[in-house]
Amino acid sequence: MSAMTFGKAINTGLRKAMEQDPKVVLMGEDIGRLGGVFRITDGLQKDFGPHRVIDTPLAESGIMGTAIGMAYRGYRPVVEIQFDGFVYPAFDQIVAQMAKLHYRTRGMVKVPITLRLPFGGGIGSPEHHSESPEAYFAHTAGLRVVAPSNPQDAFTMIQEAIASDDPVVFLEPKRRYHDKGDVDESLAPGAALDMGSARVAVEGSDVTLVAYGPMVKTCLDAAVAASDEGVSVEVIDLRSLSPVDYGPLVGSVKKTGRLVVAHEASRTLGLGAELAAEITERCFYHLEHAPVRVTGFDVPYPPSKLEFHHLPDLDRILDGVDRALGRTNSLSGTEEEA
Amino acid sequence: MLTGDDGAPVQLLSPDGQRRPHERYDRLLADLDSDDSNALLALYEDMIVTRRIDAEGTALQRQGQLALWPPFLGQEAAQVGSAHAINRDDFIFASYREIAVAYVRGIALPDLMKQWRGTQNAGWNPFESNMAPTQVVIGAQPLHAVGYAMGVQFDGAESAVITYFGDGATSQGDVNESMVFAASFQAPVVFFCQNNHWAISEPVGIQAHVPIGLRAPGFGIPSVRVDGNDILACLAVTREALEHARAGHGPSYIEAVTYRMGAHTTADDPTRYRDANELEDWKGRDPIARFEAYLTGSGILDDAGRSQVAEKADAVAAAIREATIHMPDPEPEELFEHVYAGPHAVLERQRDHFERYRAGFAEHSNHAPHAALTEGGH
Ligand SMILES: Cc1ncc(C[n+]2csc(CCOP(=O)(O)OP(=O)(O)O)c2C)c(N)n1
Repeated sequence: MSAMTFGKAINTGLRKAMEQDPKVVLMGEDIGRLGGVFRITDGLQKDFGPHRVIDTPLAESGIMGTAIGMAYRGYRPVVEIQFDGFVYPAFDQIVAQMAKLHYRTRGMVKVPITLRLPFGGGIGSPEHHSESPEAYFAHTAGLRVVAPSNPQDAFTMIQEAIASDDPVVFLEPKRRYHDKGDVDESLAPGAALDMGSARVAVEGSDVTLVAYGPMVKTCLDAAVAASDEGVSVEVIDLRSLSPVDYGPLVGSVKKTGRLVVAHEASRTLGLGAELAAEITERCFYHLEHAPVRVTGFDVPYPPSKLEFHHLPDLDRILDGVDRALGRTNSLSGTEEEA
Repeated sequence: MLTGDDGAPVQLLSPDGQRRPHERYDRLLADLDSDDSNALLALYEDMIVTRRIDAEGTALQRQGQLALWPPFLGQEAAQVGSAHAINRDDFIFASYREIAVAYVRGIALPDLMKQWRGTQNAGWNPFESNMAPTQVVIGAQPLHAVGYAMGVQFDGAESAVITYFGDGATSQGDVNESMVFAASFQAPVVFFCQNNHWAISEPVGIQAHVPIGLRAPGFGIPSVRVDGNDILACLAVTREALEHARAGHGPSYIEAVTYRMGAHTTADDPTRYRDANELEDWKGRDPIARFEAYLTGSGILDDAGRSQVAEKADAVAAAIREATIHMPDPEPEELFEHVYAGPHAVLERQRDHFERYRAGFAEHSNHAPHAALTEGGH
């Protein structure tokens, strides 16, 4: 067990995967000498050489497309897209090619590609550096989508993603890269919680609060603040966005009768909409209030001086908890107004 | 190819500042060579001022006044020289690093900084300046330039379009697609590639196996390589290319061979990937030193002129600092503005909720938001 930053935990997980399987190669812009703009691949090119850690030309569609070709050839490419906003030039290769190849070939071609994507906001960056594109990928059949929220999960989940024979979109909450946590390096991926599982991060009895990636920490803080006010919040870390592990969610909502989902991504057709609909179907008779979403607004990611109004913070989450509890708050009465 | 068949970049000023005659390009500098020292001094002033803006931007970022700054130190000749060739009714599509181009274009000083301070995504009105907001997504803007140029052509107008991008951008599909469109439609567009040798940590060799300027001819676009640290050469080749476009002869391509002497951005540490000797080598080819040597040698610039320009640079820097430091934060409600051109019911509801939510804090002003205590102030 050692204390490690989130970024270092991914770096360590990548190193392990590369040691164990010579077919694992890393590809991306600036990942070699520089170690990536976030230094996640720091030192790996030095130790594994330029054919295992490949500085690619500045072309995202090219990176994804050649990774698919390498997968045909038996490699396990781990692709770094430098920032969320730069994944869109590769969108065709991801959703029309990578996601569908196994299906098209009736299982003859495996596509064990891991797409590492620093995502989300909160670091004061210029435009295109803070997007939350997870719904596009979770909406695409054929992709697995996961988002760790802490260093231990980052360490094991990256190894599982690489070991998976399916393409995995691995979402890294960039504003948590420097957060530290304990990591048990001896924990083999299989022995840890499977990357497809949701996790109860904190137990509680009044409200179920679901989040993933960067919002988990904010939700844990919210649970502490709520308990100061006498409300017991159960926080669930989704971990896998596709497929969603509904067991822990259903169990929790049956216990609390109330669901709040929080994410940075825009509200309309975001993950929260899907979770609310599914939980409503599965737990209708247990719900004591309609599921509540606390999300980014339906606006393009704003300039950095406005981003903290856009991102759900502790207070907006507590406001959502209040609503799920049916308490009077700023939005009381709005439901009747059409 | 327009010129540069031998691959050697066009040079009109030797590295020690001697004016070299050039059969093809002297025509394009006739106004400057004919004793019009004002025009030469204007070029010099813009180089000095923009270098000062660059230094001020870096300082402001270090002092927490800007979120980020992309230095263009070393690229003043390529940017100022080419920008001086652009007519008022020509349109510009550039990337984030073309701050000197924007300055020469006459973008107001505070507007240059808004994007970097994080108060707005686009700092100016593109139709007042005929310059699009600068682009962050690598390689997206050449397509816009070609589309605009197709419009110019279809309208029968006699203006041209210029698009700036880096050596890294030439790898993008979009940039290659833009050349396909430009050639097919013979659009009046100039592709201006600043090959500053680095795309963050990646040397230009990762993007191209031959000089980047050689790529355009394969698309049927004439191309020229120019010494990007020679302001007169940059001005001349860009004038020629824009004339070529305005005259209805179609697209052309310029590779300005220059060097990024600073970091990629203030978030970057070039010592991790760049050899110090390489930097020293390029410092020896400083574009301002070269031009200054020429101007001094030909008696156009003396100490008085130098200090006059330095004063102007200080004044611009002070104005930028003043504007940046006192730039107001946008109102929270601006979040919801301009998402759509027309009304949008769902967004209006979200805006209403947001306003009620915020009003809740105002009503209970003794109730400080929790966020301010925990996650605020990132
Ligand atoms: C599509 C896209 N991919 C990646 C990035 C991240 N990025 C920003 S600048 C840059 C390097 C650009 O190099 P170049 O085109 O040579 O221009 P320069 O910065 O040298 O002016 C990269 C990779 C981006 N902005 N857009």
